[in-house]
Amino acid sequence: MIHSLALLLALSPFAFMFQTPSGDQILKKVDENMFLESRIVTSRMVIHGRRETRTVESKSWQRGTNESYTEFLAPAREKGTKMLKLKDLLWDYSPSTDRTIMISGHLLRQSVMGSDLSYEDMMEDPHLPNLYSARVVSEDTLRGRNCWILDLKAKKVDIAYDHRRIWVDKERYTVLRENLYAESGKLLKTMDVREVMKVQNHWLAKSVLYKDVLKEGDGTEFYIDSIMLDANIPEYLLSKAALRR
Amino acid sequence: MIAFLLKGLMRDRSRSLFPFLTVFAGVLMVVFLQAWINGAISSMIQATAHYRTGHVGVMTRAYAKEADQVPNDLALLGIDTLIANLRHNYPDLLWTPRIMFGGLLDIPDEHHETKAQAPVSGMAVDLLSSDSPERSILRMQDAIVRGRVVRNHEEILVGDELANKLGVQPGDTATLISSTMYGSMSLTNFVIVGTIRFGIAAMDKGMLIADVSDIQQALDMRGGAGEILGFFKDDLYHEDRANAMTARFNREHAMTPAMEGKNDTLFVPVMATLRTLSGLSDYIDYVGVFTRVIIGVFLLAMAVVLWNAGLTGSLRRYGEIGLRLAVGEDKTHVYVSLLAESLAIGFTGSVAGTVIGLGVAYYAQVHGFDIGSIMRDSTMMLPNIVRAQITTFTYFIGFLPGLLATFFGTAMSGIGIYKRQTSELFKELET
Repeated sequence: MIHSLALLLALSPFAFMFQTPSGDQILKKVDENMFLESRIVTSRMVIHGRRETRTVESKSWQRGTNESYTEFLAPAREKGTKMLKLKDLLWDYSPSTDRTIMISGHLLRQSVMGSDLSYEDMMEDPHLPNLYSARVVSEDTLRGRNCWILDLKAKKVDIAYDHRRIWVDKERYTVLRENLYAESGKLLKTMDVREVMKVQNHWLAKSVLYKDVLKEGDGTEFYIDSIMLDANIPEYLLSKAALRR
Repeated sequence: MIAFLLKGLMRDRSRSLFPFLTVFAGVLMVVFLQAWINGAISSMIQATAHYRTGHVGVMTRAYAKEADQVPNDLALLGIDTLIANLRHNYPDLLWTPRIMFGGLLDIPDEHHETKAQAPVSGMAVDLLSSDSPERSILRMQDAIVRGRVVRNHEEILVGDELANKLGVQPGDTATLISSTMYGSMSLTNFVIVGTIRFGIAAMDKGMLIADVSDIQQALDMRGGAGEILGFFKDDLYHEDRANAMTARFNREHAMTPAMEGKNDTLFVPVMATLRTLSGLSDYIDYVGVFTRVIIGVFLLAMAVVLWNAGLTGSLRRYGEIGLRLAVGEDKTHVYVSLLAESLAIGFTGSVAGTVIGLGVAYYAQVHGFDIGSIMRDSTMMLPNIVRAQITTFTYFIGFLPGLLATFFGTAMSGIGIYKRQTSELFKELET
């Protein structure tokens, strides 16, 4: 009896290692994996609309999580359209009109290039621990990867999605699936990661299917074609003046 | 006998004046209200047809299901062929494409930054084709407040109220921010060449009108349109013909079992009538019932008043009726003579009420009444100036309540004649 008790006491510090970490701890790890100082990304969105499928290509220069400059490369109609995000402000530049329009108010709810993503989605603070408190509700296996299922509840009231359910890869701390809900509990959007890639020490989504549940169509596939981390982002690119260059 | 009764009515005004005035006032009200309601409904139907639905409309099946949301992603494509077919198969109507859209009108300052911005409700119509019927359908020239009509591409007209709110003048540039049919944000520059006012509160607040080809370009819907509208050439809505035409078109474009469930079938064209498209169906039925109820209420009220007048008259004419019975006149003959008197009064009152009612209705038909102040926040397609409309029915509608009310009123009050005892008549007359 005494031996058993002594053994239990001796192992107790190690027992912690095998316990499931808390939701907030997992969310912090997810955030660390996703946070990149700067990057240049070339990507494609394949938008499956009700009528036809369109492909929109773009190149983004991103610094931290609050500053980005995006230029659309294709299709021809969208070529030259630029978008600038500086903290909580977003501008859109249209070369055909030579106008820079600030995207605010109800325009934020509009779809980006007809995809299943809205401008509001783009403006959201990607640091989930800042916005949500998390708890582990279950475990699952997705594409052969063991995952925790986390329920996230908004800490603030003025957030687009009141709660989320995310599937987090236990080893890579990558979000592999996400369901986004309104305050009423209605499912609004889903996100499924189909392929991940390792870039330096980060596991990032390479191919994702976004689906706006309230919208007809088969969703939007998002592909990262190339990514360069720790890239040098020229200062002038992250200014309004760059839009009309 | 008739001359005798008429002489009596003329000489004894207390017998005829009050019933006459009652019938006159009631008939006048019925005639005017019928013309007024008829005018309001006709105005609403005409405005709805001109500015929203046409007399018939063609759109895709998917668009028709969500038409109130103006889903341009479900618009008709290849409309030139479809319009050519419609013009060939249904030559009684004028066919024209329309695109309804929403967005923001953004006014730039000298640095291309936003100076002012407001939501707009846009309508793209064929303004530049030489054979377009739209200029007359929309009475475009009459609607111009400042500037001129659209004559070239990349020109627009905006509501006068909106122009004042944004502080713009004809000649200024504006950027339309909207959505393409694929959901992308669309920015397009236009020159404001004029301001308009249609006199319909629901439209004038944030109206923008552009040529359909410019909006096809702006919203990335080349060769497309939300709807193709058909207008009868006499500009009147012929429901039976519209129904027959719609049934024929939809039979020709019916889905076969093999097509069920396929995505392409969403875009098969379907035709619908103004009544279906406007959502006015229940409203028109409701107004019809309402009109009948009004006439019924007037009929009842007049009958009660005239019944009462008849009772009073009977009391006053107690001696006269008693004497007539005493000298041997049959009770039924006396009763019938009272009914004949009432019909004469009813007829005279109805004629006078109809004539004056028609006069008032005619004034309201020519000049109308401005109800703009109470329609300020209305979404109904009702012109601010509502005019009465006199139809053949207006000439006759007053006679029904006019004659029936006096007849029933006298019939009820005259029953007392049969309660008089002949044996007691001389005794009654002595007292």
